[in-house]
Amino acid sequence: MNPYQLIKLAKRIGFYALIALVMVYAVFPFYYAVITSLKPSSELFEVDYWLSSVDVGNYVQIFTQKSFVRAIFNSIIVSLSVVFIALLLGITASYALGRVRFRGRTTVMLVILGVSMFPQVAVLSGLFEVIRSLNLYNNPGGLILSYTIFTLPFTVWVLTTFMRQLPMELEEAAIMDGATPWVTITRVFLPLMWPAMATTGLLAFIAAWNEFLFALTFTLTDSQRTVPVAIALISGGSQHELPWGPIMAASVTVTVPLVILVMIFQRRIVSGLTAGAVKG
Amino acid sequence: MGHLTLTGIGKDYDGVEVSRDIDLSIEDGEFVVFVGPSGCGKSTLLRMIAGLEEISRGEMCLDGERLNETPPQERDIGMVFQSYALYPHMTVAENMAFGLKLAHADKSEIKQRVEAAAHTLQLSPLLDRRPKALSGGQRQRVAIGRTLVKQPRVFLFDEPLSNLDASLRVEMRVQLAELHRRLGATMVYVTHDQVEAMTLADRIVLLSSGRIAQVGAPLTLYHFPESLEVAAFIGSPRINTLPVTVIDPGKRRTGVRLPNGETLPVAVDGSRLTAGDTATLGIRAEDFVTPDTADALLQGRLGVAERLGYETLAHIDVDGVEGTVTQRLDRLACLEPRQALTLGLSGEQCHLFDTEGQACPRQVEIPGIAR
Repeated sequence: MNPYQLIKLAKRIGFYALIALVMVYAVFPFYYAVITSLKPSSELFEVDYWLSSVDVGNYVQIFTQKSFVRAIFNSIIVSLSVVFIALLLGITASYALGRVRFRGRTTVMLVILGVSMFPQVAVLSGLFEVIRSLNLYNNPGGLILSYTIFTLPFTVWVLTTFMRQLPMELEEAAIMDGATPWVTITRVFLPLMWPAMATTGLLAFIAAWNEFLFALTFTLTDSQRTVPVAIALISGGSQHELPWGPIMAASVTVTVPLVILVMIFQRRIVSGLTAGAVKG
Repeated sequence: MGHLTLTGIGKDYDGVEVSRDIDLSIEDGEFVVFVGPSGCGKSTLLRMIAGLEEISRGEMCLDGERLNETPPQERDIGMVFQSYALYPHMTVAENMAFGLKLAHADKSEIKQRVEAAAHTLQLSPLLDRRPKALSGGQRQRVAIGRTLVKQPRVFLFDEPLSNLDASLRVEMRVQLAELHRRLGATMVYVTHDQVEAMTLADRIVLLSSGRIAQVGAPLTLYHFPESLEVAAFIGSPRINTLPVTVIDPGKRRTGVRLPNGETLPVAVDGSRLTAGDTATLGIRAEDFVTPDTADALLQGRLGVAERLGYETLAHIDVDGVEGTVTQRLDRLACLEPRQALTLGLSGEQCHLFDTEGQACPRQVEIPGIAR
């Protein structure tokens, strides 16, 4: 083997070593959570990296808890509603912002961007008052409202950018065919915007699914909670015991759907986020 | 019917005038081509006719009915776009049927019209394909078909061939001429390609900086241009221009002095000129005559010879003339590098333009070509 080949080999090994490192860094916590969730509580604090036996006791425990099942159901309702509302408003808003010429369009876009910069905590107390006065306290409606507020700016921005890249002539052809703006949006633009919609929809879903602060603040009873809060409130037998097993089981349960969703849509996400970056 | 009249049409964009004083009457069944350099307002004019741009001033009528405020879909005007603008997620048949579907046409009627259009445009085997799976020429035909099924009174074409490669362009040009002959519909066509304009048009409308420079049959614009702009735009290679001095203005003949001092009696009505004015002499590459029949001679040396197969274009450096003078020669003309050449000018074959670029009316008759 000559030196040139040696260098090549070394580079190759280094490359894969780096990939392995990144993989471990990214995947190991999740892997360890899965392992922990599948251990009986007696073995919980023994450190092993491989599973010797599978114990689904933790899963049985959380799924027999009515409040946890209820929380999953609430989370699904809230997240799907947020996605639906955000996409509906996002599409229509992006048509207006991307396609209709009006005075102050740039200002509106900048305001939207500015609003999305606010940290959650900054608006928490104000939003609390709003939700109280709208009678949405301890109600999934309150969460849907507040999540939509935080999701919309991103949705509108991405969809507007995407909408602007659709050729003007396509819309004009639709106009010549007698399409109203609504028909143009639903029958011409929507089918072309699936990548962007999948991306923004999925990100909105993830944000709503994982949100903790608002969910904790705006709900009171077990029956209205969403999953992140429910997990945080899983308690052990005494004040001094943290029930790691059930917590991990619950975490894995709510994370797996997201992972599956992302895997299904991953190609769309990439094509949605890079849309227009290169001609294609 | 499809008789389109434009009266005093103008267009402002944010206070900037991009189009003005357009008066034009397009007869039923006529093929009119808007042509001009880019930015001359030809597309804007077409889009105003389509209804995609608001008309700032003037009135537009179709068969005597005012259309200024009518939305595009109710104008009974169809438009074919430069980029085809096909709906990518629909099949060819769905693309063509979309407009009819939105108009709630009868299903069997839609099917029949789509099939008829597909037959006309030789698209029948492609009806189930998506635009992605079509070639450029096929896409272009689908775009035409989409307009065809609506059977509009007026067809508008916005540079429909500019996205095709050269050989396909020639083919589609012939097909378009054929389509017009068969349908007999009014067609308005925008292009910056003067060959398309010359070959397709019944009448050419030459636009320049937002107004009409000249309207007429293609050969009228070629032989009797009303301004230097028109003369320069129509015809390839570009018309040769020489700076001359007027020495003897007259009604039938106007004498001018060439850069080399020779005099040439040009067959134009130059009575509005005065002796001593500078003017521009225009002569097309094929209009040079043999020295023995010439009224005046120019001496020059060959610069570059372009052999095109069916002809030869000689670019000649002439003393006292900036740039080169182009002469169209026989396809097998014997030429040596830097060969001395004599160009023969005939007063009958020349154009004369005043300092404003306006043409002095030519005093010659060309059989078969109306002024």
